Amino acid sequence: MKSSVITFPGSNCDRDMDVALNKFGFKNKMVWHDDNELPKSDLVVLPGGFSYGDYLRCGSMASKSKIMHSVINFAKSGGLVMGICNGFQILVETGLVPGVLLRNKYLEFICKNIFIKIKNKDNPYFKNLDKDIFEFHIAHNEGNYFCTKDQLKEIEDNNQIAIYYCDNNGQTEDQFNPNGSLKNIAGIFNKQKNVLGMMPHPERMIDQSLSGEDGSLFFKNLINNIK
Amino acid sequence: MLVNEKIAIDHGLKADEYKKLCELLKRTPNLTELGIFSAMWNEHCSYKSSRLHLKNLPTSGKKVIQGPGENAGVIDIEDGDAIVFKIESHNHPSFIEPYQGAATGVGGIMRDVFTMGARPIANLNSIHFGSPQHKKTKNLLRGVVHGIGGYGNCMGVPTIAGQTSFDSSYNGNILVNAMTLGLVKKNKIFYSKAAGLDKPVIYVGSKTGRDGIHGASMASASFDEKIEEKKPTVQVGDPFTEKLLLEACLELMAGDSIIAIQDMGAAGLTSSSIEMASKGNLGIEINLNKVPCREAKMTPYEIMLSESQERMLIILENGKEDMAKKIFDKWNLDFAVIGKTTNSKNIELFFDNDQVANIPINILVENSPLYDRKWKKAKLPKKNKIKKETYSKLKIKDVLKKILSNPNVCSKEWIWQQYDHTVMGDTIQKPGGDSGVVRVHGTDKAVAATVDSSAVYCWAHPLTGGKQVVAESWRNLISVGATPVAITNCLNFGSPENEDNMGEFVECVQGIGEASKYLDFPIVSGNVSFYNQTKEIGIKPTPSIGGVGLIKDYNKMITMDFKEVNNLVLLIGKTEGHIDQSLFARVILDEKNGPPPEVNLFNEKNNGETLLQLAMKDYIKSAHDISLGGLITAISKMCIKGNKGIELKQTNLLINEIEYFFSEDQGRYIIEIEKSDFKEVSQILEKNSVHYEEVGKIRDKFMIINEKTKVTIDELKSYNSNWLVKFMSS
Repeated sequence: MKSSVITFPGSNCDRDMDVALNKFGFKNKMVWHDDNELPKSDLVVLPGGFSYGDYLRCGSMASKSKIMHSVINFAKSGGLVMGICNGFQILVETGLVPGVLLRNKYLEFICKNIFIKIKNKDNPYFKNLDKDIFEFHIAHNEGNYFCTKDQLKEIEDNNQIAIYYCDNNGQTEDQFNPNGSLKNIAGIFNKQKNVLGMMPHPERMIDQSLSGEDGSLFFKNLINNIK
Repeated sequence: MLVNEKIAIDHGLKADEYKKLCELLKRTPNLTELGIFSAMWNEHCSYKSSRLHLKNLPTSGKKVIQGPGENAGVIDIEDGDAIVFKIESHNHPSFIEPYQGAATGVGGIMRDVFTMGARPIANLNSIHFGSPQHKKTKNLLRGVVHGIGGYGNCMGVPTIAGQTSFDSSYNGNILVNAMTLGLVKKNKIFYSKAAGLDKPVIYVGSKTGRDGIHGASMASASFDEKIEEKKPTVQVGDPFTEKLLLEACLELMAGDSIIAIQDMGAAGLTSSSIEMASKGNLGIEINLNKVPCREAKMTPYEIMLSESQERMLIILENGKEDMAKKIFDKWNLDFAVIGKTTNSKNIELFFDNDQVANIPINILVENSPLYDRKWKKAKLPKKNKIKKETYSKLKIKDVLKKILSNPNVCSKEWIWQQYDHTVMGDTIQKPGGDSGVVRVHGTDKAVAATVDSSAVYCWAHPLTGGKQVVAESWRNLISVGATPVAITNCLNFGSPENEDNMGEFVECVQGIGEASKYLDFPIVSGNVSFYNQTKEIGIKPTPSIGGVGLIKDYNKMITMDFKEVNNLVLLIGKTEGHIDQSLFARVILDEKNGPPPEVNLFNEKNNGETLLQLAMKDYIKSAHDISLGGLITAISKMCIKGNKGIELKQTNLLINEIEYFFSEDQGRYIIEIEKSDFKEVSQILEKNSVHYEEVGKIRDKFMIINEKTKVTIDELKSYNSNWLVKFMSS
């Protein structure tokens, strides 16, 4: 299985994602933002970081990068595109997934382990996972998901909500919402479910010595689903 | 403008220094030249008050590749790998403008590390604020934490450990010390020594602006009521540009075109160009019209003294300019050939075809002022006689609550949760432990790092305090199973022109030197920050020690959380009941006098090395060193982290229970072992003459202190975790 990770100026989780993808069997290529064409890929990842310093709205500059034309076409033709953290912010800016990501409710960067509950398994990312609640890791300043009422109705009707913030038992009360996201939303799909944007970093949870191993389950399952 | 003595004094030079300068130059300098002298001769750059004393510090050893004198120190961690590290202060700017001051402190220290070819792999910081009641404290703390996070998070370098303290002596002068570790191959280390004639001098990175002019001079003076006017001397950070600069430099460094490289930190283009030429015993010629400027009509004076961030100066091999430029173009960074090396041994600056400065470099560097300042030796204070009745009125649980919720002991999670501490995917011990630990990417090795200071001990008796900080750093590394390798120091003091402050400096340095020599824990880098003082009031002497250790097999790393119910808990090292200068004495008894606990270097070394033996054999299930707050504070933290309780044994009756629990005797650790290992463990301890005693057994939910006193883990947690969150949201 071939994957591509895009490096934008200011990306800083690109190496971590490369390590994770290779560890679980992908043949990964790093792709420079200024390239015209994506290499042949089964999965494209927009990694975390601070593309262009995020001095404008997070992800807005990167969403206009040269390579993004190719990424958008790839997504529109059904290719799998996953955006993590800053990658999610970039996806939102391209319009591939609906909504926006605002500054965290308490106006502070948050780096910690959290739990998420998978809402929808009828897609290549979460299909066949044998549990619903995962311990992932977040590290962001702008992860507060927001969309209009009409958009919310639409994404709910289309089953586009991918994951919610919750506690270890799957409770989605407000106190388990780390950043003020609407409805505890931690990740969403496009209508076709081939594009996934999420704030948590599964690539930081890929061995026992790190924050946990739930990321390993995610990646192992992902490559099996794509095969 | 014609230069005279008054203008020189306005630049921070003393009258006699100005006189010496004119004599050496054999003429009156012009304004640009005076600016250059003031930048090179200030305390921050010249170490004129500290040099005499620093030279006595032990700086070499089997593992030392590079000691002080370069951008950072370098140690050998085997297999061809090396760690580059350094700590640096950014105190003065952080008080004036906390966000930018702290952010650029972090940016500056990372640049020092990647200048040497190393990719930064971990950041640490030591930050000190005034009393929580002081009106500025909360905003300064918030600003500094946001600044450190803002820069480090954007760079994608994990912040893995740190230290925060509050003390009214920092009311008018906060401290912000930032430390970075970088990883490099031993044969790919870059230095700042220029070599060869007619080699191109290259400027890369951000454009030069008018920010930070005279930053280093500002950092070499005390504060007064006009401090707000100094805001323009604080630099503005741009971590995005620094991230690009890091990647571009490392890409260029993969080849062999660089002769020398130096970041533009304090005193910007002035000190970087002069230092490189001076080390190579060469001259340097710069055409200031070629320097990329952010603003129009910048003068030579402004260009030379700007402290705009994210800039580097490189001496390149001839003919490599185009290749190098391509790399910097790719990363959208400025690249300009601004001059060349010469054999004149002078720094010669040109602007609009005129020569605007011409100074022999040796005058600026070797002949910079050197002072043997007067200093006062400190006496060891007399011991307090505390009446035993004082203790009988106290309830242990109440005291424990006060100690655990004390601002200097309480959990700092509110702070470190705002730092990305897991990016790069190698952080195997997060903030909140004895040391932060990161793996050496792709290997079985890991590097542990800690930053420590004990201003109260240093204030009570500088010599003992100096030794204690080094010993504590050593213990914090041992506690995670790391072999201590070397240290970096950031020496924060008041005015060197005050005999008492100078005495604190001299004796702290002496103590640091003694301990580091005895423990074979050499000092490979550091910096001195004097004039942490507002008018006549200086801070408590605060040397910060950054310690680095190596764990050869990261599976053998130790953490402090209690692991298994029924395991045994041992106290390593002897408890004498030293209460003076303990947190207990200061907070509960309101007793500020008396000597700090004695530091016995033989015991420190012996206890630490023996624990490493136990760790190698996998006997230690958890460990924590005993420091501020004493034995019961250390145990409480192990309970909190592990979510386990403990049943404490009845104490040794030779010492009062309060003294047993809250004294701060040195050289002590708490370790957890399995019952079945007790025999082997005790044999090893006895064979090495290490004092130990069994203090209790791990239990499920309670800390059982004695028959009458029981505390739940949730209570311990609430004592420990609430203060900072409440303070910041009040």
